[in-house]
Amino acid sequence: MNLVIFIFIVLLGFTSYYFGRKKAYSIQATNTRLTALPQFYGYYLAIWCAIPAFIIYSLWAIFEPSIVKLIILSDYSNQGHLDDELNLIYEKTKSLSRGQFSGEITTYLETSAEKYLNLRSIAQNSKVVLILAIIIASIVYGYKRISSNNRTREPVEKFLNAVLFTASLAAILTTIGIVFSLIFQTIDFFKVIPLFDFIFGTHWYPAKAFVRDASEPLDPSMYSDTFGAVPIFAGTFFIALIAMCVAIPIGLMSGIYLAEYASTKVRQYAKPLIEILAGIPTVVYGFFAALTVGPFLKDIGTAMGLEVSAESALAAGGVMGIMIIPFISSLSDDVITSVPQSLRDGSYAMGATKSETIKKVIFPAALPGIVGSILLGVSRAVGETMIVVMASGLAANLTFNPLESTSTITAQIVVILIGDQAFGDPKTQAAFALGMTLFLVTLSLNIFALRVVKKYREKYE
Amino acid sequence: MNKNKEKLLNSRYRAEKRFQFYGKSAIFLALLFLTIFIFKIFSTGYTAFQKTWLIVPVTFDAETMYLDENPSKEDLEDADYFDLALQTMFNLDKSASEKQQNDLKRMVSYFFEREIKRELLNDPSLIGKTKDVYLTASDDLDQVFKGNYPRDLPEDQRRVTDYQLKIFDQLVEQGRVESKFNLSFFTYPDSREAELAGIASSFMGSIFSILVCLVIAFPVAVLAAIYLEEFAPKNRFTDFIEVNINNLAAVPSIVFGLLGLGILLAVFQLPRSTPLVGGITLSLMTLPTIIIACRASLKAVPPSIREAALAMGASKMQTTMHHTVPLSMPGTLSGTIIGLAQALGETAPLILIGMVAFVNTIPGSPLDPAASLPVQIYIWAESAERGFVEKVSACIMVLLGFLIIMNLFAQIIRHKFEKKWS
Repeated sequence: MNLVIFIFIVLLGFTSYYFGRKKAYSIQATNTRLTALPQFYGYYLAIWCAIPAFIIYSLWAIFEPSIVKLIILSDYSNQGHLDDELNLIYEKTKSLSRGQFSGEITTYLETSAEKYLNLRSIAQNSKVVLILAIIIASIVYGYKRISSNNRTREPVEKFLNAVLFTASLAAILTTIGIVFSLIFQTIDFFKVIPLFDFIFGTHWYPAKAFVRDASEPLDPSMYSDTFGAVPIFAGTFFIALIAMCVAIPIGLMSGIYLAEYASTKVRQYAKPLIEILAGIPTVVYGFFAALTVGPFLKDIGTAMGLEVSAESALAAGGVMGIMIIPFISSLSDDVITSVPQSLRDGSYAMGATKSETIKKVIFPAALPGIVGSILLGVSRAVGETMIVVMASGLAANLTFNPLESTSTITAQIVVILIGDQAFGDPKTQAAFALGMTLFLVTLSLNIFALRVVKKYREKYE
Repeated sequence: MNKNKEKLLNSRYRAEKRFQFYGKSAIFLALLFLTIFIFKIFSTGYTAFQKTWLIVPVTFDAETMYLDENPSKEDLEDADYFDLALQTMFNLDKSASEKQQNDLKRMVSYFFEREIKRELLNDPSLIGKTKDVYLTASDDLDQVFKGNYPRDLPEDQRRVTDYQLKIFDQLVEQGRVESKFNLSFFTYPDSREAELAGIASSFMGSIFSILVCLVIAFPVAVLAAIYLEEFAPKNRFTDFIEVNINNLAAVPSIVFGLLGLGILLAVFQLPRSTPLVGGITLSLMTLPTIIIACRASLKAVPPSIREAALAMGASKMQTTMHHTVPLSMPGTLSGTIIGLAQALGETAPLILIGMVAFVNTIPGSPLDPAASLPVQIYIWAESAERGFVEKVSACIMVLLGFLIIMNLFAQIIRHKFEKKWS
């Protein structure tokens, strides 16, 4: 039904475009000069027809369910039910009215269900009537306003401008959405677990929070040794460090080679080939790390008499490093190519070889940009999820031995939230607190890196 | 003195050579990783496109199926095929003990009953006759036949018993084992049994998510880019929007998953595990990518075009909508496709919104629970059974195939339709 109304409004909008234009043509036919092209009169009428109706339509869609719920539950208000029970009653009522209810049917429920159906049909009918009335009123108004001495281009363009502006707010809304989704759960989490314990505690064992009996009240002292995030912070930065140990030398050297030495032909083929590495989904890297690299390292380790876990930090970090190579190589390539030629020429004129020029002149000149690209790579490594989930362990060990398994912030979020979550549970909230940490860390890394890169660009432009 | 100079010069040249060598080996290493990677995926995955069938003679005995004489189509539809199917397998070795009979039954997939039924429904005249029927082999035998299974392990360490191997080898000798193209990998939904698992459900899930993502992200991103590039005044607020976009492009994908979980599921109460929620989450993630691509291609349209339109009396809005935007479309479209390709490979946010649930039906709309291709890879990669390893690789091949096609498409649009100014 909602879909029908929606399509109806859209179709009516299109037809009113033609009517508006037709009226404009007929005015034109009487040799009167119009103030805008005829199609603007069409747009004008279409906007008048569709927009008020859409506003009513969406307001209705937002508020109808909660108002209906309020009316239904007002019958139960004096019986002393808890909020959860009231919600349950409402759900039961809804499923009974749809005829899908299989539990025990009480008379209360039956009357509620009847009332629910009744209310829904009243709401539906009044919605249709209201929308029709609005459409007719606004079309008549808009149609009347179409005349030779009325401007239509300006209002239509103003409207379009408003639409464009609203769309550009999407980015801000997304950021606000991220902050909102994280902040409430995080605050709730820190009400139970002191911030100090979270940041400096050395024991992370969220599974312990799972065995809690839900009927008992929350006892914060229970969690004193459960949510100490030091092992996962350490694990995150350790794995990122391993990744950067692989990515920086290879990425930087290939960036330099592509920018300074490679012939156009080599560049033409090698650059896109290396960038393929950036396009491969991370879950594929994760599978590769778990199936091939992990066992391979384990075999080598056993041959050398070392004890290597099949899910080692080295495997995850190494494969993550391979993934980050193209980011560093293409960013540093860009940075190096934008160093002005005059610096190179000056160095060659003093008799320096190419590599000396690169090491002593170009590299220092490009350093801020390179640091920026490395920081972007680090932020990528910190936020990477699937490789760690699949290739490194899920238990948070506090270790700096690359041959053992460690866990990261992202992996712990997945471990906690995979499957069913109960909001309001400290374990779920812990995941959001971790998400908040991750968001803040990557955000500051990004802002810093982007600023460095931007400053650098301005220097040579 | 001269000798010293020469020495110094030589060492400088050697340093030059070494430096070049480092550069070359870095590129070589990067390409080597890529090659190993692709080789590994293909070498473990190509076998999944073959499926092993056991050809077993089935005697369609009316009595075993409890059928009367001249059964109607409905009777055949409702008949009990289980006993017949069991009997068929037991007939492979008439002297089998009870335990061995159980082993015989486990040599085929649990679809064997359905496969026999389909055969009879296709040709009801088979009642009372014997016909060779193709039955899907169990995944362990499938792996044995493909040579992926070490046969020399002690019996208690492998899932195939010696007895099953003996019967299987007899069947191979009689030419009753056949390997054919694995069509069911593309048409079946996910399953707990490796031999019956297919990518149809996750494939449709991916398609629906990407469509939802496209429908939401593309218009919003293009409108936002037009505003920022053509209309926005230079002020603090515009700068703030720009900073936001640049930062969103670098926020880890899992944070978007938390957004989907905390807002879309918890606040708006959208249905869990559905491509609708997945698509919305992914669209928020691809939004900055498309905005950045669209702005870049709007910027590339030379000012002379705008000036010409304005000089002819077009309004700012007409200039933008009739001239600038159409000229920037190739760049925008190719940026959109690249953004969608990224979204197609995304896993972590979808796991958080519950698209990781086991779905053994093919979703028919964005409101049905579904997985997606990358999530399917994750689910199968976490399964212990050997049969899933090749499935994962095959699924990766399908996913990579789609990504390559999308990227090629983006390249073609860019090179074919984009106007070169200057």
